[in-house]
Amino acid sequence: MAKSQIPKSFFACILLFTLLVGCYPKPAGKATTTLTVWHWMTDRQAAFQELTARYEAKTAVKVNFDLYAPSDAYTQKVRAAAQGINLPDIFGILGEKRDFASFIKAGHILDLTPYMEENNGTWKNKFFSNALAVNEFPEGNSYTVKAGVYGAPIDTMTIQMLYNKDLFKELGLNPNRPPATFAELLDIGKKIKSANMQGLVSGWGELWMIDCLANNYAFNIMGEEKVLATIRGEVSYTDPDWVRVFSLFKEMQETGVLSLGIITMVNKTAEQLFANNKAVFAFNGSWCVNVYKAMNPSLNYAAMLPPQASDKYPMRIWGGAGSSFMVNARSNNKEEAVKFLKWLTDKEQQAYLAQGTNNLPANKDSLSKIPDILAQFADDMELTTHPNIWGVSEFPAVIEAFDKGIQSIIIQEKTPQQVAAEVQRIKERELAKRRR
Amino acid sequence: MKIKSTLENYIFVLPAVAIFTIFYVIPFIWVFQLGLYDWDGILPTKVFVGLGNFKEIIFQDPSWWQAMRNAGYITLIALTFQNILAFLLAWACDREIRLKNFYRVIFFIPPVLSEIVVGMAWRFIINDIDGANIINRTLINIGLPQLAHSWLSDPKTALTTVALVHSWKGFGWGFLIFLAGLQTIPRELYEAVHVDGANAWQSFRKITIPLMIPVIVLVAILTVLGTMQAFVLIISLVQSELAGHTSVPVLRILASMRGSSRFGYACAQGIGFGVILVVISFIQYRFSRRARQIQ
Amino acid sequence: MKTNIYYKTKGVIINLLIHAFLISVAVTCLYPLLWMLSSSFKTQETIFKDLSLIPAKFHFQNYYLAWIQGGFGRYFLNSIFYTASVVIGIVIVASLAAYAFSRLRFPGRNILFIMFMAAMMIPVPGSFVALYVLLNKLHLRNTPVGYILCMINVGLSTSIFLLKTFFDKMPKELEDAARIDGCSKLGIWWNVALPLAKPVLAVVVVFNALNVWNEYILALIIFDSKHFMPLQVALQTFQGEFVTNYPLLMAGLTITALPIIIVYLLMQKYIVKGVTAGAIVG
Repeated sequence: MAKSQIPKSFFACILLFTLLVGCYPKPAGKATTTLTVWHWMTDRQAAFQELTARYEAKTAVKVNFDLYAPSDAYTQKVRAAAQGINLPDIFGILGEKRDFASFIKAGHILDLTPYMEENNGTWKNKFFSNALAVNEFPEGNSYTVKAGVYGAPIDTMTIQMLYNKDLFKELGLNPNRPPATFAELLDIGKKIKSANMQGLVSGWGELWMIDCLANNYAFNIMGEEKVLATIRGEVSYTDPDWVRVFSLFKEMQETGVLSLGIITMVNKTAEQLFANNKAVFAFNGSWCVNVYKAMNPSLNYAAMLPPQASDKYPMRIWGGAGSSFMVNARSNNKEEAVKFLKWLTDKEQQAYLAQGTNNLPANKDSLSKIPDILAQFADDMELTTHPNIWGVSEFPAVIEAFDKGIQSIIIQEKTPQQVAAEVQRIKERELAKRRR
Repeated sequence: MKIKSTLENYIFVLPAVAIFTIFYVIPFIWVFQLGLYDWDGILPTKVFVGLGNFKEIIFQDPSWWQAMRNAGYITLIALTFQNILAFLLAWACDREIRLKNFYRVIFFIPPVLSEIVVGMAWRFIINDIDGANIINRTLINIGLPQLAHSWLSDPKTALTTVALVHSWKGFGWGFLIFLAGLQTIPRELYEAVHVDGANAWQSFRKITIPLMIPVIVLVAILTVLGTMQAFVLIISLVQSELAGHTSVPVLRILASMRGSSRFGYACAQGIGFGVILVVISFIQYRFSRRARQIQ
Repeated sequence: MKTNIYYKTKGVIINLLIHAFLISVAVTCLYPLLWMLSSSFKTQETIFKDLSLIPAKFHFQNYYLAWIQGGFGRYFLNSIFYTASVVIGIVIVASLAAYAFSRLRFPGRNILFIMFMAAMMIPVPGSFVALYVLLNKLHLRNTPVGYILCMINVGLSTSIFLLKTFFDKMPKELEDAARIDGCSKLGIWWNVALPLAKPVLAVVVVFNALNVWNEYILALIIFDSKHFMPLQVALQTFQGEFVTNYPLLMAGLTITALPIIIVYLLMQKYIVKGVTAGAIVG
């Protein structure tokens, strides 16, 4: 028998294999100036690509919009790229202002203030003030970021309640008169329960949406100052006003306002249910217009403010903050990137995006041609607020306890008082940590 | 001469060790020491907190322990329901029956499907809110409406439902391995015992079980390791952690990383989890040694 | 006195019960798959209304649409390439190492093996970021080689464990015969160990093919160019883009599930045969 019996073909295979893997076809080389944009907005990819075609025709600069979905995966990718100092020319940051601040402090984001202030602030003044405020860090902000504007909003949004007009008719309610007070809402809830329908749907399996509505009511019940004071640690979460906020959820659940299983839903599921006429109310953002249109063009619905629980302070809704793009401070094409962003946020492009993707534009002058239902969202712009513009932010552990606590209230595992005590306990623990 | 031989032996393990060192050990060390810091994953600076993260996990994180309990519960169901089912099926297929090959193929289809697909499919089948609600409809149709229930949305039943779906997906592997083991038991043993007047149950107890103990232990170890770390199926099925009722450790780690931007804490959780798994595996290993001695 | 008829009836009844048991389990295994398949032929409107397994109308174009609109062609090829590469890579690397752990002596053998076993038990969260930075430093990020090496590592420990268990049980006589004939260690590995291990290798193939084919997060993070993305990444994007157009999504999912089912069907002959040869059993 031969000494070494490994056939030569084995080694030949290995060699071939390594060659194959090594020479796997790579993408073609890039043109002279190419900008890369990373984003997560699946429903806008087509619109973006149309715009980049127009831009290339105009300026010979090629722009590539790379879509990474779902948004969780997108966030991971951006953070990994940040660690590897490999961010693209333009990208967006999903997450809270705290994270935005960290990116800036890590040197990943270009300071856009000089560009915004040029020519007496031409660029800056195009935007709704709330939309811009999300990307702005004021003087002396608690994140210790140098004051300035660091991103450009490409849309705005508001988060409101919606109601199904057809189902309203079925319940014997006036489809043009949504409930204006919380008591009215609870009444409708009882009707929903006895008619065996589903009430409010929203992605409350994802905590931030709960946070949104809870804070809306907090502003309504105790006013902006007290809410901010609580975040700063000056007011306790066991204050009766906060317990009242928690109780609202208990009442909504008991009377049948909330749909069963609302805390098991992600937003997509809630959107699906509302679009298919399976729920009377929804709590969602203005991006939903596009979603509902795709799922069920004949849906008969309208927007409404969350019904007031108190008339001492105005009801506020979250809004202003939409999607924004930032420029990579280490990009080789900084100037071109800024130019592109300026173009993208210009009147014409914003109007195109608004019509094509049913999102509220960030540019003040582009409101004229938006569809009706979207205009209902736009009407309440002055009532908007958003955590990202408050200048202070709550500890993540506290926010988590807060939102999860409300979930527990809804599934009847904890009482509002218990949750209030628990949230305050965690708040004090975090404050103690900070002081060390 | 001996040195040459030893060096040759090293060549065998070289590629595996090289890849392992670069792609596991180095990331592991990086993550390990990150558990000692308070870091959000983005800032260039980290704050050293020593064992602070670990203390918090052990004493101040009830949601972590709830997740561990949930994982333990799912694993328990897997060890009992899933593996007993797999064993029974393997035993049934071991006999001379028709369609043995057909069943072998069918039973392995659940493991072959991706977890995301399985989650979506079962969600559609079970869920009453956004699904076809087939199970409840069937119950109502056959005259048992009182059993109809919001299986996935009710926090009390959600975890068990998840555990059952997980078992559905997992029993195929156990089935295969058990079948393997059963087929190695020589038929002569059964015939000999039968001649002596033993019935089916006695031959099962005296021959089948003792000879299958090593296989049972192997399957148990793989089951525990695999099920404790499961999460994709769960999140695909329930789409949220249901206020902690369907939370599992890996989901908590991911939540720390992405949701609250506490990368250092997430790493500490990961290490803690790893330690617990090692301890469990060690206990199982000891137990298997004992069990083999009984055999 | 128990008569022949008694035993015969008892046998028939037991057989029937066993078959009933097997069939009912088989039905629950098939049902979701069939549901997925049938949904893929329906439309967005009918999918919730028409709840039968056989759709009223078959919309075959869903598959065509899913393929074209998802741009599946390139991604499909990528997935096949990655899966094949990783499987071949692991078979070679793991079997070499497992053989060494089982049959060869060298200092540190036990420690190294324990390390591989420990890796099976200790998950590394946040490893994506670590791997990203690592690959970046090695200039292997956004390359197929980098991804393939990472994926080889993922299945390495379990594969080595399975193979070593088999090699331990392998009868030594065949190897001794080959050694007497003058075969080198590598030759024994290639000519004796590997062929005998076909059944276990089949299990290793299926296990790793599953892992790689269904993976998407690492690919999404490591690759920047759509050119390199595997199928699962495209599927995720697809999901959002069509605002969950269920029938198209089901069609897409079926397309992605088919190749793996085929791989299993091809391999399962070897698996069970190997199983009957007393392969995996401890």
